[in-house]
Amino acid sequence: MIKAILIFNNHGKPRLIRFYQYFTEEMQQQIIRETFHLVSKRDDNVCNFLEGGSLIGGSDYKLIYRHYATLYFVFCVDSSESELGSLGLIQVFVETLDKCFENVCELDLIFHMDKVHYILQEVVMGGMVLETNMNEIVAQVEVQNRMEKSEGGLSAAPARAVSAVKNMNLPEIPRNINIGDINIKVPSLSPF
Amino acid sequence: MALKIVKGSIDRMFDKNLQDLVRGIRNHKDDEAKYISTCIDEIKQELKQDNIAVKANAVCKLTYLQMLGYDVSWAAFNIVEVMSSSKFTYKRIGYLAASQCFHESTDVIMLTTNQIRKDLSSPNQYDTGVALTGLSCFVTPDLARDLANDIMTLMSHTKPYIRKKAVLIMYKVFLKYPESLRPAFPRLKEKLEDPDPGVQSAAVNVICELARRNPKNYLSLAPLFFKLMTSSTNNWVLIKIIKLFGALTPLEPRLGKKLIEPLTNLIHSTSAMSLLYECVNTVIAVLISLSSGMPNHSASIQLCVQKLRILIEDSDQNLKYLGLLAMSKILKTHPKSVQSHKDLILQCLDDKDESIRLRALDLLYGMVSKKNLMEIVKKLMLHVDKAEGTTYRDELLTKIIDICSQSNYQYITNFEWYISILVELTRLEGTRHGHLIASQMLDVAIRVKAIRVFAVAQMATLLDNAHLLTGNMQRNGICEVLYAAAWICGEFSEHLENPMQTLEAMLRPKVATLPGHIQAVYVQNAAKLFATVLKSQEGNTDGTVTQDTSQLMIERLPVFVQSANLEVQERASCILQLVKYIQKLQQKDVEVAEEVSALFAGELNPVAPKAQKKVPVPEGLDLDTWINEPPSESESEDEQPKAIFTKEEPKHSRARHTEVDEKELARVRCSKTVAAFTAIRREARKQEQANNPFYIKSSPSSQKVYQETPGVDHIPVIQIDLTVPLKVPGLPMSDQYVKLEEERRQKERAEKKKKDKKKRKEKRSGRGKKHDSGPESEEDITPAHMVDIVTEEMPENALPSDDDEKDPNDPHKALDIDLDKPLADSEKIPVRSHRAAEAAKSPVEDRDADGIATQLPKKKHGKEKREEKKKKDKDRERKKSKDEKKKKKHKSEEKDGDLLGAEVDEPVVQSEEPSQASEPPTSNSAEVSDLDFWLSNAPVPSNIQEVPKVAAAEAASAAEVISGGAQDSEPDEPKDAEMEATKPSKHKKKKQKKEKEDKEKKKKKHHHYHHHSDGVGEESVQNGTVEEEEEPLPSMSNYCLLAENSYIKMMMEDADQVYDIQGNLQDGSQVVVSVIFENKCDSFLKSMEFNVLDSLNSKLQRPEGSGPHDSLAVPFQLPPGVSNEARYVFTVQSIVMPQKLKGTLTFIVKTEESSTHEKLDFKLHFTCTSYLITTPCYSDAFAKLLESADLKSSSVRLEGVNMPFHHLLARICFHHHFSVVERIDSCASMYSRSIQGHHVCLLVKTSGQTVSIDAKCDEPMLLGNVLDEIKQTFSQC
Repeated sequence: MIKAILIFNNHGKPRLIRFYQYFTEEMQQQIIRETFHLVSKRDDNVCNFLEGGSLIGGSDYKLIYRHYATLYFVFCVDSSESELGSLGLIQVFVETLDKCFENVCELDLIFHMDKVHYILQEVVMGGMVLETNMNEIVAQVEVQNRMEKSEGGLSAAPARAVSAVKNMNLPEIPRNINIGDINIKVPSLSPF
Repeated sequence: MALKIVKGSIDRMFDKNLQDLVRGIRNHKDDEAKYISTCIDEIKQELKQDNIAVKANAVCKLTYLQMLGYDVSWAAFNIVEVMSSSKFTYKRIGYLAASQCFHESTDVIMLTTNQIRKDLSSPNQYDTGVALTGLSCFVTPDLARDLANDIMTLMSHTKPYIRKKAVLIMYKVFLKYPESLRPAFPRLKEKLEDPDPGVQSAAVNVICELARRNPKNYLSLAPLFFKLMTSSTNNWVLIKIIKLFGALTPLEPRLGKKLIEPLTNLIHSTSAMSLLYECVNTVIAVLISLSSGMPNHSASIQLCVQKLRILIEDSDQNLKYLGLLAMSKILKTHPKSVQSHKDLILQCLDDKDESIRLRALDLLYGMVSKKNLMEIVKKLMLHVDKAEGTTYRDELLTKIIDICSQSNYQYITNFEWYISILVELTRLEGTRHGHLIASQMLDVAIRVKAIRVFAVAQMATLLDNAHLLTGNMQRNGICEVLYAAAWICGEFSEHLENPMQTLEAMLRPKVATLPGHIQAVYVQNAAKLFATVLKSQEGNTDGTVTQDTSQLMIERLPVFVQSANLEVQERASCILQLVKYIQKLQQKDVEVAEEVSALFAGELNPVAPKAQKKVPVPEGLDLDTWINEPPSESESEDEQPKAIFTKEEPKHSRARHTEVDEKELARVRCSKTVAAFTAIRREARKQEQANNPFYIKSSPSSQKVYQETPGVDHIPVIQIDLTVPLKVPGLPMSDQYVKLEEERRQKERAEKKKKDKKKRKEKRSGRGKKHDSGPESEEDITPAHMVDIVTEEMPENALPSDDDEKDPNDPHKALDIDLDKPLADSEKIPVRSHRAAEAAKSPVEDRDADGIATQLPKKKHGKEKREEKKKKDKDRERKKSKDEKKKKKHKSEEKDGDLLGAEVDEPVVQSEEPSQASEPPTSNSAEVSDLDFWLSNAPVPSNIQEVPKVAAAEAASAAEVISGGAQDSEPDEPKDAEMEATKPSKHKKKKQKKEKEDKEKKKKKHHHYHHHSDGVGEESVQNGTVEEEEEPLPSMSNYCLLAENSYIKMMMEDADQVYDIQGNLQDGSQVVVSVIFENKCDSFLKSMEFNVLDSLNSKLQRPEGSGPHDSLAVPFQLPPGVSNEARYVFTVQSIVMPQKLKGTLTFIVKTEESSTHEKLDFKLHFTCTSYLITTPCYSDAFAKLLESADLKSSSVRLEGVNMPFHHLLARICFHHHFSVVERIDSCASMYSRSIQGHHVCLLVKTSGQTVSIDAKCDEPMLLGNVLDEIKQTFSQC
């Protein structure tokens, strides 16, 4: 089982949180802080497994994380999940994001948290791995997006948001989250 | 109205959407909280509007704010509103918000039931999908109960997208509503073979989660998973399955044997590291579950270790980490194979990655030996010095102590070295573990008597240099060490070289800055030291010196009397008064030393950590009754504050006590005066005393002592053999010891060599045995000190431990459900709940049409299942008895090693079983259900027996005929070939099988031995004793001759029983008898009919509709020389007596010219042992069983039994269905259980040729008969 999925940036700002077990908002924030503290002090060339985040408890649980450019993707899993498998799953998830957002960057996650959630919902459901085939995930997400579009969307918002983002003078955030560029060593989980 | 709508949409244009909100927050970095609070106000406004789009937008924003840590539960109702929107866009937003912030105590959840039900049945699969996803996050027990049926239906949805989601969510439903597991399980199982890989993977996922918590209920699925494992190419699925097998193997060692091969194949073939790693992990689990003595598995271990080494050597830190993790699992059972990689692991200690270093440390723990302990600890000490970051250093410290103290200091050869290590560790700055070091010091000093002199010297130095430790001692825990130092110096002060100096050190004013509990120990032990000092001073010097000492005490103690800590204060003032009194006496020139030291005479024994808990409450003592009358109601109000205070006190002492550590110390002082306390008070006091060793001394009654407690005399005397006299001034360095130890060992080795040489000289004429002076083995290292480690005391008649308590709150406990039991009607998932009435009014009705449609097949499904279950049960009986046959095929099946073998078998089975023939072939599920059958590749030790008594008169000697018969029955090959040509294909198969069987029969003798030795081996594993393979067991047959004439021979095999769980007959038990019919003549036998005259007690089960005297047709014909087998089920009422049933077999002998009607009478003999089922029993359960009073006992003696004991046991196991519980030398306890649940326990003892069997059973009649039968078995041989 996956107990929680957290995405936060290099400064510990949450970009997506998904707990599969109930915690109060206060507790959630504390978990994020602690996890960030644990993860951020680790070099990039150490292993991706961490034991004993005291908050998401117990010896049965592990933090499995990956660091992509400005973002940390952290999965908290118990012993029924394979460690390398979970790493693979993070990779699948990020690659899917990359496909859905076309060169995903942190800004995409910031402004489209809901969409990221919808994508995640096609990968993990209720703490269990739902689908690992990226094409299948992307296909399902796209069908649903089309449905949304045909209903006219929430408002005409997306267009506005995009233009707004473009016109905004944001502090420079590296846009190079593109997974293709960053050479991450992925253990060969061939047919994932 | 129209205006309002227009207004609403105009408003909307100015509403912020999510992106605006995010942007706004980013633009208000300085006053984020304020900005957000205005946004929340806006959102509240938006939520008040009627426009659902506005609401959805607001809810979407709330979801974002929730992520930032804002509580949005106040909007729960609005979220429900948005969820119920008909537009997918809004619905999705609503469900997302709900999944983020709803939980079990959200009260609006109960409003969602109907909405969710409606969404689940929506024609749009994405509506359903969104609802399922949302539900998976906030399902409550109520929702689970109400929606379980709808979700069940969705598991068979046409779209795989929905199916996989429905399957996954079932796990959550099971957790919240455990009653749904059994009805839903069959369908879940079906999904394992869903054509869609995603659905299949989801089902595997769910079952793996379920099985992980309650593995034993899922053992029966092993064959199915095995099939999936060998066929699936999806690594995700494979990983899950392999992990699952890892959880199942500990329960079923035979499964492990079956798994090893495919897993090793996968290890060799896969390129995916994740899969490789999981395979290795499961292989390790298998190896752990199997007995370690199996030689052919050392290859597997080597393979694992080898692969892991590759992982550890990999530059990828992840693989390195996992490699170490898995290595530590192997370590537990196969330490040798890991130890050879010590170099690699030590190397990992230098890794820059802390996770990896910690894993390596774990491994080191298991790798130490007497030989390398010093070396490893030395290395760790280096790391301690180097380590930056206190967490890692603390971890190192605890590991060092763990490593050294493990299994009762097993690996420490030199305790002086260990003490110096501990002393060195005290120099660590800022460690939290001062108290751990202290408890180790105390433990060693108390339990290892030989070390006390040395320890006391070290501790005195520590006390003297306390200022070194106290630099910043208030902040760190290292000053705890002084607690131990002071106590050791005081308690063992007779070993102090200069007690006066230590006394002064302990009374320094600076001590007053130490924590209270340490000061208390200081004061108390200063008093002990004082006594010692007095003793040494008195007599050899003039009175002034002793008076000076007293004066010192009197001067220094007042500091402590003023202490804020009550304990310190109390002790100090007590002792101060005492010393003043002593001084007075001294001034009168009275010799007091003797009496003062009598105060502290006696020895303290270590008490086991749990001793206190286990003190039985003495008879007549009721701990709950009041000692004094409780104060009246009115009084109690006034007294309350006081009561609270007194309540706190014991808590305090206990808390302090845990600081002292697990090793509680009980002072047992001897004195001449025995207190005139009542027994009860004494008992109570004793407990108190055990709680607090120090209390007793400062209390005025401390001299009242309890002589009945084991005193000094009971402590084992220690032999000290100091080969290396050591006197190291000051604080020694542990490194010295490493060198010294090295030298010592070398010396010993040299000596040994000398001896060896001598021996060799003596032996010169011999074969010239090699005397290798290579690496010394563990045993060669003799400890520097011969040390008796005093074992910890336990109270007399301590209660047995009861430690393994499980967490009662574990939700998975409720899911521990037997899934093989057939479904009862009451177990159906409620189709519509009490809210159904509301539902009827709502538009949900429109889907009822297909609701019914989907329900119908479901009902049918349930029925089918039930039928299947029945069938399975039958199958099981049948198959169990087939085990024997299966075993014969053992050889051939080992080659293909999968289910194929079993499938080939299937047609034959059907032809044998007339009662089954009418039913549709559901071979698959039947096969799957029968784990034993599937596993029978690995031999089953049970279930096979021979009914020793042969009914037929002509059977002179059973064994002879049987072995002869087996040989006789070799088929006439050419004739067979002829027959084959004319036979239908079905027959052919049977034929082939037959041939195989016959071939195997030739090897029968060999096989029996094979099975049986295995069986014994397995049992010994179960019971944790390793039995050596002794000489081969004689062959034992499981057939006995039933009747024979010139035409046909009937042999009865393996009366195998199944207790009928279904209970379709009250208390009914079934016995399956398989009969082999063998054609002995040259003619064709046909129309065979089997009939038995039923007795009151035993009845042959006949197909429905046939009368009680009708005979059963044997479902095959017999060509010449051929034999075949049929099975008959009998129902038996009472099993306490052996039964005999008369029967007849009629058949037609067809020769070329004529056919004659023939008949053969036989007697079926059901012995009492045939009602016993081999049931493994663990020794603790066995002991418990014997204690229970309701067993009647009986015994029997067998004279002149001339066989090895293990043969004897094997024979009893084999013929009488017992299993060995425990075997100690020439004595063994055995257990079996009847089909009606009677326990039968045997204690078999042998001396010379006499074997005595003491037996206990809850049914004396049964027991008597069983014993008679055992006697008979042995009288025959």
